[in-house]
Amino acid sequence: MGAGADVPLNARRAAVGKALPHDSAHLHVSGTAAYTDDLPEPRDLLHVAVGMSTKAHARIRRLDLDAVAAAEGVVDVMVAADIPGENNCGPIVADERIFAEDVVEYVGHAIFAVAAETTDQARKATHLARIDYEELEPILDPLTAIEKHSFVLPTESLQRGEPEEALANAPHRVQRRLELGGQDQFYLEGHITMAVPQEDGGLLVYSSTQHPDEVQHLVAHATARSAKDVVCVCRRMGGAFGGKESQAATIACIAALMAVKTGRACKLRLDRDDDMIMTGKRHDFVIDYDVGFDDSGRIQGIDFMFASRCGISADLSGPVNDRTMFHCDNAYFLENVHIESHRCKTNTVSNTAFRGFGGPQGMYAIEYAIDDIARTLDKDPLEVRRRNFYGIGERDTTQYRQKVEDNIIAEIVDKLEADASYQKRRKAVRDFNRSSSVLKRGIALTPVKFGISFTATHLNQAGALVHVYKDGTVHLNHGGTEMGQGLFIKVAQVVADEFGISVDRIRINAADTSKVANASATAASSGSDMNGKAAQLAAAKIRTRLTEFAARHFNVAEAAVDFHDNEVVIGDKTLGFADLVQLAWFDRVSMSATGFYKTPKIHYDRDTFSGRPFFYFSYGAAVSEVIVDTLTGEYRLLRADIVHDCGDSLNPAVDLGQVEGGYVQGVGWLTSEELCWNDAGELTTHAPSTYKIPCCSDLAPDFRVQLLQKSANKEDTIYRSKAVGEPPLMLGISAFHALRDAIASDELPLPDLQAPATPEAVLRAIESNKS
Amino acid sequence: MSESATNIDAPSETVRFVLDGEVIELRNVDPTRTVLQFLREDLRRTGTKEGCAEGDCGACTVVLAELNRDGDDVVVRAINSCIQFLPTLDGKELITVESLAREGELHPVQQAMVDHHGSQCGFCTPGFVMSLFALYKTNAKPSRRDIDDALAGNLCRCTGYRPIIAAAEAMYDAEADKDWLRQPAVRGQSKKHKPPAGRVAALQSLQRVDGLQYILNGRRFFAPTTSDELARLLALHPDATVLAGGTDVGLWVTKQHRELKTIVYTGRVAELHQLDVTATHIEIGAAVSLTDAMAVIVEHYPGLDELFARFASPPIRNAATLGGNIANGSPIGDSMPALIVAGASLVLRRGRSRREIPLDGFYLDYQVKDLRTSEFVELIRVPLPWEGVVLRSHKLSKRFDQDISAVCSAYRLELGEGRVTSFRMACGGLAATIKRATHTESAVIGAEWNEKTIENASRALAQDFTPISDMRASADYRLRATQNLLRRFYLETTGKLEQTVYEYGRRG
Repeated sequence: MGAGADVPLNARRAAVGKALPHDSAHLHVSGTAAYTDDLPEPRDLLHVAVGMSTKAHARIRRLDLDAVAAAEGVVDVMVAADIPGENNCGPIVADERIFAEDVVEYVGHAIFAVAAETTDQARKATHLARIDYEELEPILDPLTAIEKHSFVLPTESLQRGEPEEALANAPHRVQRRLELGGQDQFYLEGHITMAVPQEDGGLLVYSSTQHPDEVQHLVAHATARSAKDVVCVCRRMGGAFGGKESQAATIACIAALMAVKTGRACKLRLDRDDDMIMTGKRHDFVIDYDVGFDDSGRIQGIDFMFASRCGISADLSGPVNDRTMFHCDNAYFLENVHIESHRCKTNTVSNTAFRGFGGPQGMYAIEYAIDDIARTLDKDPLEVRRRNFYGIGERDTTQYRQKVEDNIIAEIVDKLEADASYQKRRKAVRDFNRSSSVLKRGIALTPVKFGISFTATHLNQAGALVHVYKDGTVHLNHGGTEMGQGLFIKVAQVVADEFGISVDRIRINAADTSKVANASATAASSGSDMNGKAAQLAAAKIRTRLTEFAARHFNVAEAAVDFHDNEVVIGDKTLGFADLVQLAWFDRVSMSATGFYKTPKIHYDRDTFSGRPFFYFSYGAAVSEVIVDTLTGEYRLLRADIVHDCGDSLNPAVDLGQVEGGYVQGVGWLTSEELCWNDAGELTTHAPSTYKIPCCSDLAPDFRVQLLQKSANKEDTIYRSKAVGEPPLMLGISAFHALRDAIASDELPLPDLQAPATPEAVLRAIESNKS
Repeated sequence: MSESATNIDAPSETVRFVLDGEVIELRNVDPTRTVLQFLREDLRRTGTKEGCAEGDCGACTVVLAELNRDGDDVVVRAINSCIQFLPTLDGKELITVESLAREGELHPVQQAMVDHHGSQCGFCTPGFVMSLFALYKTNAKPSRRDIDDALAGNLCRCTGYRPIIAAAEAMYDAEADKDWLRQPAVRGQSKKHKPPAGRVAALQSLQRVDGLQYILNGRRFFAPTTSDELARLLALHPDATVLAGGTDVGLWVTKQHRELKTIVYTGRVAELHQLDVTATHIEIGAAVSLTDAMAVIVEHYPGLDELFARFASPPIRNAATLGGNIANGSPIGDSMPALIVAGASLVLRRGRSRREIPLDGFYLDYQVKDLRTSEFVELIRVPLPWEGVVLRSHKLSKRFDQDISAVCSAYRLELGEGRVTSFRMACGGLAATIKRATHTESAVIGAEWNEKTIENASRALAQDFTPISDMRASADYRLRATQNLLRRFYLETTGKLEQTVYEYGRRG
């Protein structure tokens, strides 16, 4: 419960829980929703392009930008030395330069920027730079980094129980190495910022960012200003998925620096290829596990080694890898566990947030181990999963000492098993495979348990600003950003119910650092939990004032004042909401309020990796069925069934969209989306022609998704709903295990299938026992 | 033909096209300015988005309406505006996402997208709306499969597509309307369908007898209307870039920032739009779109159905030409293996002389073709199949739709009394050019069509090709999978494998 918990709330519920369309849906479909590149351009706008390193690791002997500066349309060129403030855009650790100085540390490292009259001119000019490099030895993969003790942050470990002893005594044991690929966010709108100089050194920064507050501060530092001088605004992003949490700042800093240098408005819009080359992705991992288990499949002890490719700087790699350590249990009680987590420094772009934030990689590891256990014991993997689920009242403490108090995983899995006819279909799959030699089918059910809150406790705070105007319409601001996830409509629904008005009377405004200060990133799935509560409180404060006024003015008890259906019932009178507001204005009642929320109950000691980092857990489960061509490794998803827990949903249409989209994105991560680097450290899949996210026909022809009903959050979240942004992504793990199920056979009981399971990876796994 | 078209000192003409009922005339735009740049930067019509600037994501999708072959009706097709040069719009109607809604009322396609929660971040949405609009105007009752195919060129990262498919199914529920934009395709086109007279007349008024000559700052864009004119222009400008669909040339400009001094566009040459089936051949003019060319080829070679469904995406197939795919000659071009085994030939023209060569001999080395300066592909001649011949092509890629092949192989087989009387195999993605698998062919011809022959053929295949590793596939996989594809072909032709996984579970 946050500050102001004593403010009474409107008990009536009208908009909340309704499947309203996205607030911008009518704008999206008509092309009138304005993204940063669609905003009217200020007079004298310049267009910026970035000159990037073509070497993974090199000293710059000579940088000759004469031809760049002389190119048609070019107005200005800048390098690191031109930065008036700090040459840093690292969000947590100040270890990331905006422009490389004497050494470039990855292909795509920004070296200089060009401002020109047109985007084409600026981009063309960047190719005219003459750079003389002295090449240095690059480190291009996590294992080499470990060998050379190259880390962005110290290695962390976490232990509970006696894993070594448990492993030694276990009746069965499996060891495996996993090489798990990363994932590009592939938001459809690439990174973009437009920076507009204001009077007296001010800067107005339109940025496609999940974290306007951070952009504000990093731009201020880079341009030698204070936060008060910089305003960052973002109405909407064309997708973000974590890719615009920290990485937007680099782009914003370059645009802002150029605006300061030239005194003109500057826009930097990255070309798709440049975006994919110079901004971070989901961390790829090398994972080793050693799991010991009994005849029933129960895990006795497990040892994990995680090594992630963090790239050249810390960025968000600390909390990302922490979350891997927190999620390598998924839904399973690990009594004896040891986890080691290496945060490897490599000469590649700095990896960053992506939906799930390290959690998916941890869950992938444990699900693989569970699958290995089941296949070793020749059991249904679902049986082994159940055998290891967290208990209720026993076996209910995570490896980081948080008690799982809201465990509904068994309930969800039971429901899904029945609704998806899992057992019947599993048998059908086995029958099919007996009679089909080339085509094989596979089926898998995997659960999701995902911890909700930023693991850095201080980030779990949110603010909102609400104005009620004289005509009874409402202006709403909160610290959250809209990236397509439907946050704005959800929060508007909350505010609408607080005032008892319809959503169309509320204007949802851009995230704006001058409206709401010090807001956290819209990340960690926390957007509606935190901003919903903050906005509700702001609205409740104003409604309370209106109630007091109405009671006084009409001489009734406050309890006799009731806001609903755009009206206010005051004793035996009924007024329009706007009419009451008018009267209150005449009576000089303040109709602006801020709301502030901080997530209760959470605490966490990072030194010991223990505490209660998460306010609660979100749960879900999915069954995927696939068919595989064992000649080529090609496959198709045939059917997917999902039951997902959104608590008491604020907007079931929005939440359903998150669940469906998250699942498909998770499937993409583990199947067709392959990031390839060559020996020179160049990313060779930097456009949609080579990097393949799922497309329409990849969706299972039979796709059945349901939100768990009557599932109010046990914690006091906004209307007892649950966060939904990240958790569904990990439902996609079921598709990977369906593939593994399809290719497993008596001759190949434990296929060494690696992710992403491209057709090539599938065929390699199929043929691994033939060589 | 007009003399003016060959006179480089002649004044430039204007590019003319229709947008929202008005004729747009352009004099001062760069000939390689893309339609997307023009919309967003010049007209400030920012509804159409740039997602990749290479025709792979569909955020920039717009619709073109143009006169049909007979000039009495319009043909509607979605294209990628990000790689389409503006002068190619000459004589056409451009329809963008802003064209659809009227005063306070969304188009049925747009309304269905709202009702079914088909947008989340909304950035891909205008492109989806336009692809759906093209489907709405061309297919009265699409199956799930039709919808998948129509949307294969549009990427959405948020929704997972389910609600967009739901919108596609629901968009036909709207009330009847007098506005052509709001009238869905009717079933049995010929009977109920009435051409939109006003639109047809507007487009007719923009048609040219002579070609378009558009010049700006010494950079030239020619759009000749006859093959003679094309031949003369290429003779006059031997260094000219020949532009067909522009789905590759577009990227030279948007990604490589190349400056193209002289462009000769084949899209308006009447003879190059020829599409005939003679007693012996399918004859396809070099400017016929992949969409149109494939429809006829698949009619005669149903074994190419899957290949063509997976070939690029609808907006690319609508713009790109079969002639361009062949003349470009990429070692990963998808049409050529099948056409080579089918025995296709090319009619090449240079000035007044023509020669016909087998496609099989056209590719000499990486990016080297048997094509002389000023020579161009005029016609592709594909022999019709005969009784007993089986032709099939397999494509392998990371994703089924809109992906570039790791391997694309094609086979033509004839059996007589259990033995192989003739066999051809050609592959893309395995060498510097599309190439016949000659050792493999030798191993098969005359042998019995059985497991043992396939094993021998697989060994021979390793002699035919030494593929490379890249981001699409490793060398090992390319070879191994091609061997297995040949096995798949064997299983398919012997009734041991009825469906590919691509076909499996596809609805409709």
